[in-house]
Amino acid sequence: MVKKNGLLAAGAVAIVATLALAGCSAGTEKADPAKNSGSLTVWVDAERIDALKDAAASYTDETGVKVKLVSKDNAKLKDDFIQQVPSGKGPDVTMGAHDWLGELVTNGVVAPIELGDKADGFLDVAVNASTYEGKTYMLPYAIENLALLRNADLVKTAPTSYDDMIAKGTASGVKYPFVVEQGADGNPYHLYPFQTSFGAPVFGTDADGGYDSTKLELGNAGGVEFATWLGSQGKKGTGVFNTEITGDIAKDAFTTGKAAFWLTGPWNVGAAKEAGINLAVDTIAPPSKDAAQPFAGVKGFFVSEQSKNKVAANDFLVNYLGTEAVQTELFKSGNILPALSASAEAASADPIIAGFAAVGAEAVPMPAIPAMGQVWQFWGIAQAAVINGADPAATWTKLSADVTKAIG
Amino acid sequence: MSIITDEDVANEEKPNRRQRQAARIAEAASAGLKAILVKIILLGLVDAIALYALFVLFAKGQWIVFGLVLAVTLIVNWIYFSPGKLPAKYLTPGVIFLVIFQIFAVGYTAYIGFTNYSTGHNSDKDQAVSALMSSALERVPDSPTYAVTVVDRVGTLSLLVTDPDGDVSIGSNDEPLQRVSDATVEGGKAVAAAGYTSLSFQDVVARTDEITKMAVPYSEDPNDGSLRTPDGRNAYLYLSTLVYDEQAGTMTNTGTGVVYSDTGEGAFTSPDGEAMLPGWRINVGFDNFVRAFTDEGIRGPLVSVTIWTFFFAGISVASTFLLGLFLAIVFNDLRMKGRKFYRVAMILPYAFPAFLSALVWAGMLSESFGFINQVLLGGAQIPWLTNEWLAKFSILLVNLWLGFPYMFLVCTGALQSIPEELQEAATVDGASPWAVFRLIKLPLLLVSVAPLLIASFAFNFNNFNLIYMLTGGGPRDAEASVNVGATDILISMVYKVAFTGQTRDYGLASAFSIIIFILVAVISIISFRKTKALEDLN
Repeated sequence: MVKKNGLLAAGAVAIVATLALAGCSAGTEKADPAKNSGSLTVWVDAERIDALKDAAASYTDETGVKVKLVSKDNAKLKDDFIQQVPSGKGPDVTMGAHDWLGELVTNGVVAPIELGDKADGFLDVAVNASTYEGKTYMLPYAIENLALLRNADLVKTAPTSYDDMIAKGTASGVKYPFVVEQGADGNPYHLYPFQTSFGAPVFGTDADGGYDSTKLELGNAGGVEFATWLGSQGKKGTGVFNTEITGDIAKDAFTTGKAAFWLTGPWNVGAAKEAGINLAVDTIAPPSKDAAQPFAGVKGFFVSEQSKNKVAANDFLVNYLGTEAVQTELFKSGNILPALSASAEAASADPIIAGFAAVGAEAVPMPAIPAMGQVWQFWGIAQAAVINGADPAATWTKLSADVTKAIG
Repeated sequence: MSIITDEDVANEEKPNRRQRQAARIAEAASAGLKAILVKIILLGLVDAIALYALFVLFAKGQWIVFGLVLAVTLIVNWIYFSPGKLPAKYLTPGVIFLVIFQIFAVGYTAYIGFTNYSTGHNSDKDQAVSALMSSALERVPDSPTYAVTVVDRVGTLSLLVTDPDGDVSIGSNDEPLQRVSDATVEGGKAVAAAGYTSLSFQDVVARTDEITKMAVPYSEDPNDGSLRTPDGRNAYLYLSTLVYDEQAGTMTNTGTGVVYSDTGEGAFTSPDGEAMLPGWRINVGFDNFVRAFTDEGIRGPLVSVTIWTFFFAGISVASTFLLGLFLAIVFNDLRMKGRKFYRVAMILPYAFPAFLSALVWAGMLSESFGFINQVLLGGAQIPWLTNEWLAKFSILLVNLWLGFPYMFLVCTGALQSIPEELQEAATVDGASPWAVFRLIKLPLLLVSVAPLLIASFAFNFNNFNLIYMLTGGGPRDAEASVNVGATDILISMVYKVAFTGQTRDYGLASAFSIIIFILVAVISIISFRKTKALEDLN
């Protein structure tokens, strides 16, 4: 009996071993030229795969190129892509977000694409975001940005400024006039619109219109002004900003009617609607002279540098996924603004989408340059410190110095 | 299976009577026809799968893996088909698992630790060159889109180009564009030319390799650029900003004239040290290990983080063990009513996934909104996770909650295996309950539990989940210029240093892992040596 168990174990071991070893070696599959009869492997975010199924099937009907959709966990897409493309196991095309660009290009895993005249059909922010060091690498399909959600039962009209928003929110008599996601380590993404209102973007731009890591604008006079304002809204001031308010707490406050305004993205619209909130979407109320510009996150498709089917991949992206029918179809599954102007206009029939689109028109692409990583690691901590009562000007100056030093 | 022979037995090192008997029984149990059948079927399955794997590997030319699979299969067959070799039969599966899951993983990590594998050094040189060349193509400013048809003449591909004015020309890699007048035009686009075969889209896709390499000069002047078609339907005019000299192994930027050469750093580097990325993976020797101790972001907080890591692991083991042991003793007392119910309740924290519990605790410990401050402490504002020392305390507390059920289980088992007679004998001899515990139960308990305590120490030393989920290593001192917080342990600090933002430094992370591995291994070896003394008690 004992021996039989040993055998069973040995069998299991051998199976695992052979599969593991065979798995290690599956990398060269793509190198076989006989198989190159035209098929595309596309990695897709698991939540979007259904929207692409029809598109993929009709592309196959039209051109004879087989499209194999592979559902991937969105959180793992980028790292898997970077690791597997060099081994030859990667896909021909992957879905992704524009802020991956710096990393993907530095690793040499994406190939440039040419939108040609079609570039004019896309929203400007989408094309800008898809461009890295002057070259386009991504076919954009959707744009995400923050906007101000308003509980229309509590406050009837859109606020004209930050102070107006707080006044209206307070007048409505709820516990929180305004909530926004923060955390112990701060949340610069959500606070960025207020910072831009004081004229302090993170980076300046170069001749091509791309972000330039040598021009750090974060710590300019406007930045210090923003920090001072942030301090006045924090623990030692009005208390509107509180690092204890996490995403969940903000969501709970708004969906239970305890908050009048909520600065958040389209991903939370569903929760607010489900909770039965009478929802309106406003432009972000600026605390200072300039418009409050949030970061835009653009989603799109990349072609692998090591793809053996680049012609089909480029054709599938530019001449097919870039068409109005497909962009509209993708919109229906994700409910975020399409990157193609024509589809965006159609989608804007929905007042919520139109609200986000109006803010999106002001939005700036989130920097995709690698130096941004050095900014994130100091930025939020400094903001949290200011909110919790640290000296705004000193903290902000130190932030700028730390980032400059880290970028080197 | 044959019956064990005397010879086999003689080969073993003087087995005593009982061992020999046991061996005989084990052999005899498998000697039946049924057992032999089962064995043949199982080995047959193993061999069938191995054979399939060998075919696959052979077809792909993976010779090293092929050799390994072949050798392992042969050894497994030899071991299970030959008589005797009882120890080998028991050990083989375990050894194979050990090699695959432990030794391979450690070896591969060590290998990565000696390379520059990181963002920008992700692949080999050929791929880096091809990526650089493809992103070096600049579209000629204000040039139009040209509609193209790919055409073939005796195996050479050409582009049949219709410019926006409707003029048609043809050209190939070697011949610049030339006007053609006899082309067939459909819908404003030339689709065929005399003497050429037009390619259908399927043909275009099938000849992707040739088409992606095609660059048709626009004119005799190379500065006018060349036409390339990314999708086989449209072409654009490009100029390359880089020239790769394969012989010299250099990249030249045509705009600035700077020559980048391979200086052995895994990237094309300009004379003034500017590296062109992407580069490629190379072996860098001990560089990563040197950096692990000299990098400013690491060297500064290294001492305090190391001390905290030892404290964290040590206190976690001690506190969970003491609480687990105490509860085990209490619930082991037969006078306790409803012991089974309590025991099940005790195990619950162990049954939840640890990272989930850590998240729930993080929520409960929140300063203004957490359950503990709001409900238990009546609205107090205690910064459980945002004060340096309270955060450390909270980490230890949550780890105690997470870890004591395991110690409770282990201690309960160990206590129950201690014979009751010992306690009775001691009590009869007049020992106090404390003396019985301290002098008899605890030493006996430690014999079986000590190795688990060492394992627990090693586990907590690298308890990334808890730190990451509960505090994220924070609170961070906004005054300090490094991205390391008060509750960061070595492994979470390594994570932050190696994977900040968009830079992934697998080489450095692997070097750190090896250093931590050595540290834990040394501590474990020393501890195991010490616990050998306990075993003498038996």
